[in-house]
Amino acid sequence: MVGLYKSDIKNPLLRWVDSRLPILSIVQKEYGVFPTPKNFNYFWAFGGLAMVNLMIMIATGIFLAMSYTPHINMAFDSVERIMRDVNYGWLLRYAHANGASMFFIVVYIHLFRGLYYGSYKAPRELLWMLGVVLLLLMMATAFMGYVLPWGQMSFWGATVITNLFSAIPLVGEPIVHWLWGGFSVANPTLNRFFSLHYLLPFVIVGVVFLHVVALHITGSNNPLGIEPKGPQDTLPFHPYYTVKDSVAICVYFMVFAMLVFFFPNALGHSDNYIPANPLLTPTHIVPEWYFLPFYAILRAVPSKLGGVTLMFGAILVLFALPWLDTSPVRSARFRPVYRIVFWFLVIACIALGVVGANPPEGIWVPIGRLGTAYYFIHFLVLMPLLGKLERPLPLPESISHPVLGGGPLPGAAAVHPMEKV
Amino acid sequence: MADTMSVTAHEPAHGPGPDATKRDFLKLVTGASAIIGAAAIAWPLVDSMNPSKDVLALAELEVDLTPIVQGQGIIVSWRGQPVFVRHRTEAEIKAAEAVALSELRDPEADSARIKPGHAQWLIVSGVCTHLGCIPLGNKPSDPRGTYGGWFCPCHGSQYDTSGRIRQGPAPANLPVVPYVFETDTKIKIG
Repeated sequence: MVGLYKSDIKNPLLRWVDSRLPILSIVQKEYGVFPTPKNFNYFWAFGGLAMVNLMIMIATGIFLAMSYTPHINMAFDSVERIMRDVNYGWLLRYAHANGASMFFIVVYIHLFRGLYYGSYKAPRELLWMLGVVLLLLMMATAFMGYVLPWGQMSFWGATVITNLFSAIPLVGEPIVHWLWGGFSVANPTLNRFFSLHYLLPFVIVGVVFLHVVALHITGSNNPLGIEPKGPQDTLPFHPYYTVKDSVAICVYFMVFAMLVFFFPNALGHSDNYIPANPLLTPTHIVPEWYFLPFYAILRAVPSKLGGVTLMFGAILVLFALPWLDTSPVRSARFRPVYRIVFWFLVIACIALGVVGANPPEGIWVPIGRLGTAYYFIHFLVLMPLLGKLERPLPLPESISHPVLGGGPLPGAAAVHPMEKV
Repeated sequence: MADTMSVTAHEPAHGPGPDATKRDFLKLVTGASAIIGAAAIAWPLVDSMNPSKDVLALAELEVDLTPIVQGQGIIVSWRGQPVFVRHRTEAEIKAAEAVALSELRDPEADSARIKPGHAQWLIVSGVCTHLGCIPLGNKPSDPRGTYGGWFCPCHGSQYDTSGRIRQGPAPANLPVVPYVFETDTKIKIG
């Protein structure tokens, strides 16, 4: 259609803009009156928190980059200068480093929320897959950011992670030399990591936009996992969820501030305050905490290619999840067996994290293998089987129904869904 | 208000005046807190672009005056910018003192631009107040303009032997930089 957009904005100047570029109408439609299921719990705040966190990372990162020097002889000192001499440099760096940890905390909770309530199922498969793409981008960005201070952990983390690609048969070594821009991790590597670390967050912004567009096509899932049946099941996004998200943001900032101001180095590794030494590997090298479960999977099998394949497979399997899970019921509230195995998955991931933080010897080896085995069995065996074998509980008639009273559908088992909240 | 319990409570039904409600108050307080919080978060970002402590630590400079012969000036670099240190001759000092203030575009007496008892030393910024070029005139062989001070090659501004603007597009005198005499032959700029 050619012509001006029929804007409802009253103010004549804003209306003039809105009829030519209806951004105000779009914001009003997507964030003002957008019909949102009325039964969200606080787990639905984590997408918004991730958005806030991304903005904080980009803002602090842009200002840190103004004082950082991406050269192997100057990077470490420039970071120390940020800590000692640049106004509020310590705050920017601690907020950025701990912001990465907060980002992974928020995103992992967001991800497990999706797993628990079946948010990845039709029609939200693509929404979920875009989320997995975002996770991969975040991991790449976080890894390259950790290299920039050019401490011992930076250097050896970069060496180990880039060497993962050497496991690829035939082309592995050329690929690694290509990644390094040389025959070891050196200045060309640091330069390109800085460039990409600056670029990728903006790629993330782009994919987040697609993620949100896809979300606004299908609408949000909700704790009951059933679709809203009409206006009685939804609320306008503003003010109901803007306010609810604001409460979550306040709590998020309290946790963030506690980390930054009281435990700024608790989640980092002290070895990264030693300048990089290409001739000496630290005795015990570990990645940042948010990579530990994947690190444990990498070390779980005594095979280079096998470990690397399993590690990447652990993320790639998430892409197939919408089709691996054959159950028609979304929310784990109505899936008595899945609700249990979900927590097994959580325990397996935490156990893998602990294993990843410890040296690969003694009891940690079998625990790591058990955790790895469960992780893949969960997705590749249990998810497809449960859909066939599990007998789900009766679903409520609508979102309003369990809230406003009344039992399940006639003829269904006599279990009230709200009793299990 | 009954409507605080209703799903229509978000409609903008209220404003200032007798209809103002607790909800309006809460909205204002919430909005104000959010703005103050955002400003508090933004300030460290903005302030990180100000000169850092190591830059400020380089903001002092000692200059030994003994090698500078009369009639000559040198350029020293202070805070990354040129500063003229000029050893004036008796004739140059007299010329600077003799000018009536009414003749000046930026009226300032020569006595206000030197330290008492050190009239032979003129220490001024070496940045033309027009558009930031470095005027010529420290070496006796340089073009010094009609007034014997400095001549800016970019747009022809001319400064006298007190560094005051006399002719050309520049609007103001070369500013005197902050300095003290540590001894008779040594100054500290900054």
